[in-house]
Amino acid sequence: MGALYGYAGRLLEVDLSREKVSVVELEPEVLEKYVGGRGLAAYLLWRELGSRWREVDPLGPENILLFLTGPLTGYYPGVKLAVSGKSPQSNGIVGSVLSSEVALELRAAGYDGLVVRGRASSPVYIYVEGERVEIRDAGRLWGLGGRETFESLMRELWGELKRKHMAREGLTKEPSFVYIGPAGENRVRTAAVMAKLAHAAGYGGYGAVMGSKNLKAVAVKGFGPMPPAKRPEAVKLLIREAWRRLTARTTFRQWGTSAGGYYFGAVTSSEPVRNWQEEWHASRSFGQQYFEAHWVKRYWGDYGCPTTCMKISRVRGAVTDGPDYELQAYLGANLGVFEPKSCIYLASRVDDLGLCGIQTGNVMGFAAELYQRGILTKEDLGFELRWGDAEAFARLAEMIARREGLGDVLAEGVYRAALRISREKGVDALRYAVHSKGVGIGAHGVRSGKDFLPDFSYAASTQGGDHTSAPDATTGFGGELWSAFADSAVICFFNMIDDLAFDMLYAVTGFDIDKERWTREHGRRILTIQRVALLEGGPDVRWRPGVDDDLPPRFYEPLPSGPFKGRAPSREEVARKRAEYFRFMGWDENGIPLDETLEELDLGFLKPAVARLRGTGREH
Amino acid sequence: MRGPIFILRDPLKCTGCRLCEVACSLKKERAVWPEASRIRVYELFPGVDVPHTCAQCRDYPCVKACQFGALRVDDVTGAVLVDAEKCTSCGSCVRACPGKVMRLHPGTGKAMVCDLCGGDPECVRACREAGFNALTVIPYDRVSYNVYSVVPDEVHRRLYETLFGG
Repeated sequence: MGALYGYAGRLLEVDLSREKVSVVELEPEVLEKYVGGRGLAAYLLWRELGSRWREVDPLGPENILLFLTGPLTGYYPGVKLAVSGKSPQSNGIVGSVLSSEVALELRAAGYDGLVVRGRASSPVYIYVEGERVEIRDAGRLWGLGGRETFESLMRELWGELKRKHMAREGLTKEPSFVYIGPAGENRVRTAAVMAKLAHAAGYGGYGAVMGSKNLKAVAVKGFGPMPPAKRPEAVKLLIREAWRRLTARTTFRQWGTSAGGYYFGAVTSSEPVRNWQEEWHASRSFGQQYFEAHWVKRYWGDYGCPTTCMKISRVRGAVTDGPDYELQAYLGANLGVFEPKSCIYLASRVDDLGLCGIQTGNVMGFAAELYQRGILTKEDLGFELRWGDAEAFARLAEMIARREGLGDVLAEGVYRAALRISREKGVDALRYAVHSKGVGIGAHGVRSGKDFLPDFSYAASTQGGDHTSAPDATTGFGGELWSAFADSAVICFFNMIDDLAFDMLYAVTGFDIDKERWTREHGRRILTIQRVALLEGGPDVRWRPGVDDDLPPRFYEPLPSGPFKGRAPSREEVARKRAEYFRFMGWDENGIPLDETLEELDLGFLKPAVARLRGTGREH
Repeated sequence: MRGPIFILRDPLKCTGCRLCEVACSLKKERAVWPEASRIRVYELFPGVDVPHTCAQCRDYPCVKACQFGALRVDDVTGAVLVDAEKCTSCGSCVRACPGKVMRLHPGTGKAMVCDLCGGDPECVRACREAGFNALTVIPYDRVSYNVYSVVPDEVHRRLYETLFGG
């Protein structure tokens, strides 16, 4: 390996138990193999925790929380940060990505990422300013909602930066932060890592991991450039070309995903409606023009991104982003709410509590269906939980975030809540839990066959119900192999233009990785580690290889309404495609990696775990 | 455009995309370097973005404040130009700037300010090509007689009120 381009080549490590800060060098060979973000997270987590993965409590001090950038952070349009660790939802490894300038600031401070270990004895936040790293008291921030946390941190740290620098070097830019709301503090498994007001890394439940470490926020201000690129002139041309092509996407610029609220319900019939009892609605009230009426007329984007997919809405004094399609669906149609104003209000409440809108909308829809069926009652909840009652759902979200009453059960996420309710009520509540591997399924159904994901996708995904990372074909570059690239180079997958992204990776790092090699080597390598971690699971939950690689029962119920009424995937087809996909990945029929695959991908260190899994496979 | 120019900013059109910062630092530093960009967009509250750069105040307080003759005004564009050889990094210009635009470079420590790219600013081009037009080049003589730069906090406060109410 020659000189390292596109990386700082080091990670910042903060041990909250020992109150110790250190810097760890990254080996160039590791970077070439795992690239960054999600890929690097999978490798680092397994390297350290792999031998005792089953025993590691995701919410215990032994879990490691990672905030990683990638070589394209700051270069490719859009700025993303990959959050990972052992997931308290799937008990595997989820690469959870959010938009945050923290990624840019970490690189400007000379790090490729931040590793957080241990648990602070009282609430803290981590402050990085150039070379200085401090663990600071966050007592006065603990308990605050998202907006207050943001405003308080900004006031304090912006003031501090001005005091320190304005009289001499001049005014610096503002710092950036990621934080948790009350939900993360209370270790709610559907809590997100938040940025700004509504930017969230929700899949995986890493807000709860932050909370378990008593870590309220990470605030960063760096002063340096992005790590030098190998071919700066080519990078400059590629940035311009990416801007040009992204600027040409007029509709997405105008609406982002916010045009989905009506489209996915009426046209593709793949939107969660009343906890997926249906996937069709034709409520024109849910069209983008009705949402648009609430937007503050300002198009908003993140650093370096000409795509203004974000919208700021203001309802009842609350300011929120969008909501985007996912939250329109999960805090709208899925709760029987078909009125934009109520949906925006719910989204702003859920964001402010630091809850993942997808996961929380999923578990609230589950609760409402149990109420509809008389399994949960007014006595259980303390109030009526009727479809469409936004006030009731706002109240429930609050109970979940604060773990009050039944909220404490639902705070465990839809799968764990279903297990407990089944036990306590003597019913099979798992029938109504729409999840894969403990991760609530994104707002894109597979029954109509008209959305972008094929029927088997959620059954075979290494990130469970994560709609941004599920196989979209049984072979080739696509689906989770594709998102594993976006999440490892750490770019926005909505901005990913395949040829430009791989060219940019080459121009920045000099790594000779094209789409074909990524598919064959890097992507499979990353997903194979994720797959093994997912199957190892534990300590509270483990997935049976093959058996649990299935769709939730609801998805086998024929669609009851709409233009695709009667459609449902066939179990045989799902099993056939799943097997085909596993074969393509180099895994056996139960999705356990073959020894030859481990050899081929240089993953010999997975062998003991794989041998253990084969044992488990026989038990079932 | 010949003659003195001014970069007109419309914060209401600014999306916070910061292509201007990327374009500026790529041109001036051959790197993506937000802190070294001569133009900056401040985002002190989500979605409230304030583009911030030199206003070429008519009385040029920064130039007046420099005791070392390191700053001068470009005869054609009206931009403040820095002579890095003469600059002692004393920070007098930084303190003199009413809008806190003038800074010391995060790498070299020398005074750093927008030089208007000789009349065709890279930031304006990026903003125009992205279709936002939050930045536009206009002749300086169209600017009202008493333009001076303002600290971003101040613009932010007013913009926040405009967008979300007081």
